[in-house]
Amino acid sequence: MRFIFKTTYRQDLGLFRDRYQRDWYIALLLGLLALPFLLPDYRVDLSLMLIYGLCGVSLMVLAGYTGLVSLGHAAFLGIGAYAHVHFTQDLGLPWVASVALAALVSAAAGVLVGLPALRMTGIYLTIATLAFALIIQAVFNRWDAVTGGLSGKAVERPVIFGVSLRDDTSFYFLCLAVLIAGLWLTRNLLRAPTGRAWVAIRDSEIAAQSMGVNLAIYKTLAFSYSAALMGVAGALFAHQVGFLAPDIFTVLLSIQFLLMVVVGGLGSLHGAIFGAIFVALLPVAISEARDVLPDWLGRLFSVFGQDTGFAVAAAVDGFVKQPGLEPGIFGLVLVLFILFEPHGFYGRWVKIKLYFSEFPLYRRATFKRQKSYARSERLR
Amino acid sequence: MSFFKADALAKQFGGIKAVDDVSFEVKQGEVFTLIGPNGAGKTTIFNLVSRIYDPTGGRLIFEDEDITGAPPHEIARRGIARTFQNIELFEQATVLQNLLLGRHAHNRSNFFKELLFLPEVRRRELGHREAVEKVIDFLDLQPHRDSLIVNLPYGVRKVVELARALCTEPRLLLLDEPSSGLNVEETEDMAFWIQDIRELLGITVLMVEHDMTLVGAVSDRVLALNYGRPIAMGTASEVQAHPDVIAAFLGS
Amino acid sequence: MTLGTVLQLLLNGLAVGCIYGLVALGFVLIYKTTELVNFAQGDLMMLGAFTCYMFTVWYGIGYWPAFALTVAVIGLFGAALDRIVLRRVIGQPQFAAVMLTIGLGAMFRSFASMAWGSEIYTLPTPFSAKQTLVAGVSVSHEYLSIIAGTVLLCAVLYGFFARTKLGIAMQAASQNQLAAYYMGIPVKRMFSLIWAISAGVAAIAGVLLAPVSLIDTNLGFIGLKAFAAAVLGGFGSIPGALAGGISIGLIELFAGAYLPEGINDVVAYAMLLIVLVLRPQGMFGTVGRKRV
Repeated sequence: MRFIFKTTYRQDLGLFRDRYQRDWYIALLLGLLALPFLLPDYRVDLSLMLIYGLCGVSLMVLAGYTGLVSLGHAAFLGIGAYAHVHFTQDLGLPWVASVALAALVSAAAGVLVGLPALRMTGIYLTIATLAFALIIQAVFNRWDAVTGGLSGKAVERPVIFGVSLRDDTSFYFLCLAVLIAGLWLTRNLLRAPTGRAWVAIRDSEIAAQSMGVNLAIYKTLAFSYSAALMGVAGALFAHQVGFLAPDIFTVLLSIQFLLMVVVGGLGSLHGAIFGAIFVALLPVAISEARDVLPDWLGRLFSVFGQDTGFAVAAAVDGFVKQPGLEPGIFGLVLVLFILFEPHGFYGRWVKIKLYFSEFPLYRRATFKRQKSYARSERLR
Repeated sequence: MSFFKADALAKQFGGIKAVDDVSFEVKQGEVFTLIGPNGAGKTTIFNLVSRIYDPTGGRLIFEDEDITGAPPHEIARRGIARTFQNIELFEQATVLQNLLLGRHAHNRSNFFKELLFLPEVRRRELGHREAVEKVIDFLDLQPHRDSLIVNLPYGVRKVVELARALCTEPRLLLLDEPSSGLNVEETEDMAFWIQDIRELLGITVLMVEHDMTLVGAVSDRVLALNYGRPIAMGTASEVQAHPDVIAAFLGS
Repeated sequence: MTLGTVLQLLLNGLAVGCIYGLVALGFVLIYKTTELVNFAQGDLMMLGAFTCYMFTVWYGIGYWPAFALTVAVIGLFGAALDRIVLRRVIGQPQFAAVMLTIGLGAMFRSFASMAWGSEIYTLPTPFSAKQTLVAGVSVSHEYLSIIAGTVLLCAVLYGFFARTKLGIAMQAASQNQLAAYYMGIPVKRMFSLIWAISAGVAAIAGVLLAPVSLIDTNLGFIGLKAFAAAVLGGFGSIPGALAGGISIGLIELFAGAYLPEGINDVVAYAMLLIVLVLRPQGMFGTVGRKRV
């Protein structure tokens, strides 16, 4: 058991709790820097993981910290992606300026969603963001001049300050740098009055107002900051995907982002990252399993005889090769997490750490959910 | 120059007159209590003062300024803080974060400075932390600093609610049933704290209360309400002896 | 634009609107009782359509028995869903339940594409390809069946809720569950019953829609437009759901005819946003406020 000894107020303000935590994160950073060299086949997937990390942070700020659940965040990703490609390829702006402008455009869209959202609560807000995303998708379909409409738009490799990032490894490092910057900026906001105001809005709007929090300003800020982060992620996403089409930014993608924050654990940045890793790597895991599982299970069941083994292998093969299995697995994962692990991966991680730090005095009932009854949220 | 005045205050919900032509004045430095049976409109008056509801009639004047139309988040900046009858703390945050939120009205930095966490922001944060620590010392909340509100017992939550209101550095403090749900010992502590708030911190207190011993112990003046209308005003003993008040809810 | 065309648009819009209204009705029923928004309602409708197809085409049962069987099966499925899955999230914030239904919806879509394949099917009905001439306008029997079916169903439901104690019990359970328990309301059984009814309504909508719209796994996305209908009508109001659905249906078809191409795809969502901003309680709903 380690006791965190606090001697100054600065310790509570800092990025890390103590120097041990800081050292662990430095080790993690070194590991991440080495990753593309350790797993060269997965460089593209790892970049996607980092981009999804940024998306997770963005949605976590809005849904996890401010309590405004958005079912249409893929729209902001698309806005950022299309804006960036338009600025850098059609208008020829330098890369950094283009990304900044894309973030600004996305933030403006965030304000556009946020302002009417001030008048909505809870589930109505979620439905409104869904409607907004569907409208934006239709706009993507039809605004041929900027988005290339249904035929799509090809995206070139990023060229930053004249240096072209042609290979996957340098793109990976770019994504890593952007993610770390995004995490640092968000962490700054969260330990400042703005972050506290957001949490206040989530937990009790009336009390927040009594403490002087201007709901309109902070809700709009949450939307536009979240959208700006998504805009930057969209710019990177465009490069990663290589070809933009409106049917990438669907409601299903928004649901995947929500899955990210729920599976990761609502209310913490760690959760956003865990969720992003999970959602980015699940399709990879599924496709690997598709290739490997039938043979493996077949060999397992061949204990009961050659024919049984072949039959099982064929059956499993038929099952996992079906299209339409992937959304089902995502849905199943979401359902299982909500039922059995409501605090997500980060929650489980915290419980595990607590077990080891309190060993052997860990009480199983520490996190036991109290039986609760539903109270009307309409009268909130 | 009045400190706080409610002038012919009225609030109607459909056909129900929750508050009907209530006028009173609170002098600076006193403890003014509103008493009355449930449904008399006491908490509604509080909600009108902290601008959660809009009055259907009358005016509110604080330090000679008309605040009847002020938005709810303005009230803290003007120097009025309140506690809530059913505790409205930020459940998923720690006590420290709740108290630091009380300092929000004194926030001077803007979004972009906070985004980069400039040294100026850091200095202000440390300043807020020191102010909050003073309140923690005042109310003996040291052992609970880093506890989540969800894990705290009711009595401690009530104290945190009071602490958060104090962190706002108010000049007028609205306490909504500060002793509800507290046992005898905790109620005595609350009485001492209210007296300290008045004498040591110089804060004017406007209170809603049911516990007559607490009312008698700390109040300077009392206003009794029934069905949204005032029925008696004076010192605690005067009001308690008033025949209308006895008939309405005190009994003999 | 002749009168005939306008009447045709009116009829089509009415029929489409009835479908939206039925799905919205399912939303509102569940919301009124459990304060949960069932994002899988559209997918339940899709399952209803597929199940009826399966009974009619694969097993050769007649249309009407297949219809009845479908409603029963999907209704039981809805009750089972409540009993097994949704009961566990009671008391958690609404967001958790919403995410749960979203996940369930995805699972239903996946199941449908695995069980019935991803082609598009048509449902043969006694009213397929039959038409009558009314006032010079050719009225397809399929559309008539939708409208008639909706009216019949709403009459039955109205009678059921207005003449039994169930309606009041529903409201009580949605506002304060613990108090409802104390009052002797069998809350859990009622929730399962409401889920069964709501799933049954979704199945009926699916079967009525199938001949008009063709069956495939994306049928459930009509649920999104039904949201607009439910919000327009007022999210807690049963007649509102139907009124909202018909309004959206009519607006959509007339927008498609008179406004530039492509607008009718999004007009439902635009209506949704407009209603949420200007009048969140919709046409018939009420807005509540927390007392502090």
